[in-house]
Amino acid sequence: MLIALWTVVWKAGVFHQSAFPSPLAVAQGFGVEIASGRLFTDSVTSLFRVTCGFLLAVSCGVPVGVWMGQKLSVRLAFLPLTNFLRNLSPLAWMPFAILWFGVGDAASIFLIFLSVFFPLVLATMAAVGSIPLVYFHVAQNYGLRRIEKLTRVTLPAIMPQVITSLRVTAGVAWLVDVAAEMIAGRDGLGFAVMDARNGLRTDLLVVEMIVIGIIGVLIDRLLVQLTTVPSVRWGYAR
Amino acid sequence: MSGRLELTNVSVCFEAVEVIRNLSLTIADGEFVAIIGPSGCGKTTLLNVLAGFERPSAGSVECQGRVRMVYQQDGLFPWATVTENIELGLRHIADRSERQRQIGELLKVIRIAGFEHHYPRQLSGGMRQRVELARALAGGSDVLLLDEPFSALDYLTRFRMRNELARLLREMPRTAVLVTHDIEEAAQLADRIVVLTQRPARIRREFRISTPRPRELTNPEVVDAIGRILDALDIESATRKN
Repeated sequence: MLIALWTVVWKAGVFHQSAFPSPLAVAQGFGVEIASGRLFTDSVTSLFRVTCGFLLAVSCGVPVGVWMGQKLSVRLAFLPLTNFLRNLSPLAWMPFAILWFGVGDAASIFLIFLSVFFPLVLATMAAVGSIPLVYFHVAQNYGLRRIEKLTRVTLPAIMPQVITSLRVTAGVAWLVDVAAEMIAGRDGLGFAVMDARNGLRTDLLVVEMIVIGIIGVLIDRLLVQLTTVPSVRWGYAR
Repeated sequence: MSGRLELTNVSVCFEAVEVIRNLSLTIADGEFVAIIGPSGCGKTTLLNVLAGFERPSAGSVECQGRVRMVYQQDGLFPWATVTENIELGLRHIADRSERQRQIGELLKVIRIAGFEHHYPRQLSGGMRQRVELARALAGGSDVLLLDEPFSALDYLTRFRMRNELARLLREMPRTAVLVTHDIEEAAQLADRIVVLTQRPARIRREFRISTPRPRELTNPEVVDAIGRILDALDIESATRKN
């Protein structure tokens, strides 16, 4: 369908030839990019960055969110700052990212971290705050110790909401990674987009766009798998 | 261990609101007490005080034995299976095979075979309440605090669960405190009925039912008790005033 529409628009000449590649040219572009191995290495580079940045942010963001959700004093102290930083586009940090980490993996990972960490802290905090009191009464009734209240009540209770937030923030992380590579990259899919633009290779531009979109969908598909774990199904099933 | 509960001159205030005023109540080991009162009169607060979830503003609370609460609904952990939920009540038993054995027995007693690895959301309301009862009865607990345990169920299931509770308590005797709106339920199950006043809650009337448990709903003393509860509740009712 899409390809048919694309072909029609291309044939009709709505846009200038140099600004609108044909499906065939894009297919050939795929062949070239795959043969040179560049598409593969760029994808791996970008995936490496997004994975590192994302996992780092999750492993920091969820604990901080739980901490803020549990302690009113911590929440009062850090919530305004967290809200401020969450609303600050991670891309605004770009100049500092380059100054501090140079052009390369670290700068991208830093920006991805910022884009995931703050929203995840807030989402986790809200999830902790919405756990029904009755579960903590049960925990007290059955003599759960402090650490067990965390592992057997708080964490399983917030899991469904946290997984939803992971899906949202993983999408953001992927967007930010591509954007970061476009501005401050020497490799990766974002850089490939800029490279294609600079070379006026609209066919390759479309190739990169398709790959970026597909990888984004695949990342989400992967995270959706988390929602099929039996112990979190209660949070989704109606 | 025995399950004896004693409240002496207990008052509970939440900020400016006085919920319970100077209430004294002693519940003997093995006794079944039903607490009835107008909505919002502080019945649940009373249970929370007995469970140790709330501290009284004045007076003293003495609870002996292992006290466990059964909730109206959603007291089970939704992320844990039937077995995992019941196992919560057996945490103090160190030996794993002994725990397994007791879980097996409890599952048999509540007639829920085949559902041991299901999650609460996959069970009917009546089954969930049976699992919650099993969890509360597990591991030699002494006192059950029942907070309107059957009120979220449909009428017939509620009826069946009432008999189920009577049967379970015959097999595994416990001290029980039942908070309920269901007058029939109270009259059929309890050894003693305590009727509370409007907030701040005090004891309005208190009487015993001597027919041994379990008893039929049509038992003359049960029917008589229903009348007496209605009478006790009616004192402030609109129909009487008009």
